[in-house]
Amino acid sequence: MTETQKLINDGNRAVDEMLAGIAAAHPHHVARLDHAPRAIIARHGPRPGKVAIVVGGGSGHEPTFLGYVGKGLADACAVGNVFASPPPQPAVDAAMAVHGGAGVLFLYGNYAGDVMNFDMASELLEMEGIEARTVLTTDDVASAPAGERDKRRGVAGNVFIFKAAGAAADLMMPLDEVVRVAHHANARTYTMGVALSACSLPQTRRPNFDLPAGQMEIGMGIHGEPGVRRGPLLPANAVADEMLDAILAEMKADPGDEVAVLVNSLGATPLMELYILNARVAERLAAAGLKVHVTLVGPYCTSLEMAGASITLMHLDDELKRLLDHPCDCAMFRAG
Amino acid sequence: MDFTTDDLKALFAALAARMKAERDGLCALDGVIGDADHGIAMEQGMAAASDAVAALTEGTLQDHFNAAAKGFLNAVGASSGPLYATALLRAGKAAGPRPAMPRTEGPLLIVAMAEGIQTRGKAELGHKTMLDAWLPAANAAQAGASFVEIVAAADAGAAATADMIATLGRAARLGERSRGHRDPGAVSAAMIIAEFARAFA
Repeated sequence: MTETQKLINDGNRAVDEMLAGIAAAHPHHVARLDHAPRAIIARHGPRPGKVAIVVGGGSGHEPTFLGYVGKGLADACAVGNVFASPPPQPAVDAAMAVHGGAGVLFLYGNYAGDVMNFDMASELLEMEGIEARTVLTTDDVASAPAGERDKRRGVAGNVFIFKAAGAAADLMMPLDEVVRVAHHANARTYTMGVALSACSLPQTRRPNFDLPAGQMEIGMGIHGEPGVRRGPLLPANAVADEMLDAILAEMKADPGDEVAVLVNSLGATPLMELYILNARVAERLAAAGLKVHVTLVGPYCTSLEMAGASITLMHLDDELKRLLDHPCDCAMFRAG
Repeated sequence: MDFTTDDLKALFAALAARMKAERDGLCALDGVIGDADHGIAMEQGMAAASDAVAALTEGTLQDHFNAAAKGFLNAVGASSGPLYATALLRAGKAAGPRPAMPRTEGPLLIVAMAEGIQTRGKAELGHKTMLDAWLPAANAAQAGASFVEIVAAADAGAAATADMIATLGRAARLGERSRGHRDPGAVSAAMIIAEFARAFA
C-alpha cells in the first residue's frame, strides 16, 4: 500500500519535534520542563491558592491539548504518542510544576488508556501529599446511548468544558467547586462528528480505516472509531441536520435558552465548509428559538488529516455563560 | 540452580528482542481492529524495561522488576503501559526482596502478573483483551501446571479471542466487526508468557 504523504522527518520523532516547534512559537504562553519534555506548562496563571487544571491525552488532536494551556484555562498539559495516552510521569511532573497548594484537577477525555495513566498519576500525586481529582469529558453523543453517558468518549466539547473549569479555577474557586463546575459543564455539552476520509499515523502512514470515495460516516470518533451510520456523502445541510437532530433531542432546550456553538474541523476540512455547516446550524437554532451566545468555527480538536467536522452545543445557564466569557489567554485560544 | 537477577536481565533482553522481531506482525494484527500501533508500543516498552534492568549493578529481583515496570511505563503510556507496569510491579512483589528464587516458583509470577493486569484494567475473561491469554495461563499456574501447559493455555486463550467481540479499549469501537480477528494484546501476552517459560525452564 502506498504511504500517505506527510511533512515529517521521522515518524518516531514527530511528537517531540512538534513540541519543539510549539515551544519556539509560543514562548510567552508556554514553557517545557527540562525533566519532562512531554509536559507543557503555562507561563502565566499558576499561582498559590489556585486549583491547578491539568489536561492531557494523546497527540494528534492539536490544538487540543497544548493550545489550551494558558492563563484562565489549563495550567499544564501532558501529551503522549499519537492517539496514545501519556504515561503518568509527565502528568505528575506537570502537576507538581503548577500546583498552588489548592489541589489538582485532571481533566481529559474518557478513553481507557487515559483513565489508567491519569489514575496512576493521581495515586503518585497523593503520595506526594497533593490532592488530585479527575473529571472525564464524555460529550460524544454518538459513542453510547443517553443512559450510558459515562461510557461516552470526550471529543471537541473539551474546549468548552476545559474553558468553564479553567475559568472557575482562575476565579479561585476551591477544588470541590471546580470539580462541580467541570461535571456541570460536561453534562451540558453535546458533540457529534462526521468523517469523510481517514487519517494516518506518522509511524505507519497508512489509512487508519477504510472509507470509500463518496461515502461518509456519521458519529465517527476522533481516532477513527466507527460512527452510527455510514452512507453516501450528503449535502452539508442534510449532514448538519442529522447531527443537530441527535444533539437537540438530548439537550431538551426550551425556546429562549442560550447555547454556545463549536463547528470543528477534524483536520482536513477547510473553513469554507465549516462556515457552510454553521450557516445551517444558525438557521436551525433560530428556528428552535435558541439564542447563540458564542460561536467558534475552526480546527479545535483534530484527528491528524482526517476530513470531516463535528458540531458541539453547550446548553448554557448563567454560570456557564459567565465562565465562558471569563478572559483567558492561551497559545492557540483567547477569550474575553 | 536458582533464578537470579542475571537470569532476569537475560529474560528482559529476550523479551525486548522478541517484541522487536514481532513488531510488524503485531501492528498488522492491530491494524485490523485498532490503530496499528500495538507492536510499536510493545517494542518500545520492553526495550525500555530491558535497558532499565541492564543498568542495575545491584539489587534484588524485586528491585529489577520495579525498574522494568517504571521503564516500560515511562516509555509507553497508552493502555499497555499501566497494564504491564502493574503486572511487573506485582511480579516483583511475588519474586520478593531476594537476589534469587527457586525456578519452581516461576509460575507464581504469571499468577501475580495476571492479577495486576486484571486489577488495573478491570477486564474480565471474554472481553477480547490481553487478559484472555493471561487468565488461562494464571489459572493453569495456580492449578500446579508445568510451564509447558501454562504456555499452551495462554496460546489457546489468545487463539480464542478470534471468536470474541471486543467490548473494551480501542477495539471495542468495532463491535461485531472485531470478530474473526485475534486480539493483538492477547497475542503479545502469549509471547511474553512463552519467554518467561523459556527463562524458567
